[in-house]
Amino acid sequence: MPRLTVWMVRTSLLQLGIGFTVGMLMLFNKGIPFDPAIWNLLPIHIEMVLLGWTMQLAMGVAFWVLPRFSAAPRYGHERLGWLAYALLNGGLIIFVAGTWINGEWLSFVGRAVELSAVVCFAVMIWPRVKALSQSSS
Amino acid sequence: MPLLSRTFIKAGLIYFIAGLTAGVLTVGQPVLNLPPTFGVLYPVYIHLLMVGWVMQLIIGVVYWMFPKFSKERPHGSDRLGWIVFGLLNAGLILRAIGEPLNTLKPEWNLGWTLAISAVFQLVAGWAFVVNTWGRVKER
Repeated sequence: MPRLTVWMVRTSLLQLGIGFTVGMLMLFNKGIPFDPAIWNLLPIHIEMVLLGWTMQLAMGVAFWVLPRFSAAPRYGHERLGWLAYALLNGGLIIFVAGTWINGEWLSFVGRAVELSAVVCFAVMIWPRVKALSQSSS
Repeated sequence: MPLLSRTFIKAGLIYFIAGLTAGVLTVGQPVLNLPPTFGVLYPVYIHLLMVGWVMQLIIGVVYWMFPKFSKERPHGSDRLGWIVFGLLNAGLILRAIGEPLNTLKPEWNLGWTLAISAVFQLVAGWAFVVNTWGRVKER
């Protein structure tokens, strides 16, 4: 497993744990109410489990398993991948902070940063989506 | 494919069908002239798909394909893997039954089903994280 994959998958596992914890608080509160403000956590739960866990895991595994180039750098422009990792998780943190303080602009900025992460990742991974017989770039 | 992986993935396929069924009923409520109460199926639809199908498919494949934990225990702890399966599915089923009923029949006091479901799924999620962590490595 390449190092970028290790970082993405481990981070996604942590996002899973935290996202599940947030979800658990809401579901528990639905059954045995203890704090109505818990429902404000819903966008955070969704962002963490969809982007932080599912999408990031997919990105990390895609970086690992998609066809590699025959010449170095075999995984492609890895720096773009690291940038995508930083932007995705940074954007998520900004979004969570924005949601927590009811800051619409901060949430917007966080989501925009996540978008830039996805663009970086798509640009990096695109040339690796190829038939095995194609030559390396 | 190890037995645990096959079990997770086959269970996931069942949830895939069940989840989309709930989804059809939710969105088909006005079209099929179903009672408006079918709207309570919306969170069930989302979670049967995302947790029941997507997550269990991921767990099954991860358990099969990730780097070996060790020569002696290539998949990590099999026991913990089965605990994850049991708790996750028990939690999901409790939720699928309890969540709509808790909304439609509050006088039945079924809130405890959601509380237990929440705890089961939380423990399952973290147990999966713990059991998988050691298999995420460069070599």
